[in-house]
Amino acid sequence: MEKFAPVKRSEDGQPVRYLIVDDSVFARKNLARMIETFGGQVIGEAGDGVSAISEYERLTPDIVLMDITMPQMEGIEAAEKIVRDHPGARIVMVSSVGYQENIVAALQRGARHFVQKPVKPEILYEVIKYVMRDDGTTARGAGA
Amino acid sequence: MRMDLIQPFINSADAVLAQALESPISIENLSMEEKAYRRKGIAAEVCLTGEIEGRIIFDMGLETAVQLASRLAGVEVSETDDDLVREAVCELANQIIGNSITTLNDQGFHFRVHPPTLHTSEQGSKSSEDTEALVMCFNTSSGNVFMNVALRHHCPRALGRSAVAG
Repeated sequence: MEKFAPVKRSEDGQPVRYLIVDDSVFARKNLARMIETFGGQVIGEAGDGVSAISEYERLTPDIVLMDITMPQMEGIEAAEKIVRDHPGARIVMVSSVGYQENIVAALQRGARHFVQKPVKPEILYEVIKYVMRDDGTTARGAGA
Repeated sequence: MRMDLIQPFINSADAVLAQALESPISIENLSMEEKAYRRKGIAAEVCLTGEIEGRIIFDMGLETAVQLASRLAGVEVSETDDDLVREAVCELANQIIGNSITTLNDQGFHFRVHPPTLHTSEQGSKSSEDTEALVMCFNTSSGNVFMNVALRHHCPRALGRSAVAG
């Protein structure tokens, strides 16, 4: 898999910490592999919206990658609940169901961005950089 | 069955499989299924509810599933990694069906997609007049992949909207 210039937290130069939320173990593994190539660190995983909320509370990650269609509680509802309690939460929706209505609903409820599956690493990387903005730095010369 | 409902599934399967396998895909066969559905190997089922109701089964032989799982995971997956292979089939179904649903929704059809589940029974329900099943066989570099689509138009108003939306 392609290597990207590592995205670090600008406050302490540490790797960006991720929580991956997807009911598919396979999808979580794939996203985790991509995050490794971005120089990030996966600090937690969850398989549904309810666990996503509790894992967010416990871990306070820098970024949440959140699927939409999941059992128990869907991703948009979970994102809304997280952002209500943590307005600074950076949540990126990652879903194969990317119709306009869904994207608008996710953004209105606090998600920062939307990435459609199948995920292309270069697209997710750009989204991560955009979502981190001033809170993230990219090492020069590592070459994407 | 209306082709404007089916076409997004064909386009999406073509695009997602081609991207996953990094090779071109062709449709080997397309037929209406009159008999009860028979599972061919590892199968994932996705149900839809709303203006369009029904189910889509995504099915392939074990060898094909293992090859697809390996491509998707980027590492060699063996036949003994049952869970990983099944998960890969479900995730592929999720991506193909999710992409098709995106197109249909943007055309004005409103319905809900449920998470994929493994289809474990050997046989499925028979087609009926209002729930026709169309079986598509996609020829890939890893083997044949079957998609069995059985959908019913639940709300006639949606069809009018779809026609207007083009």
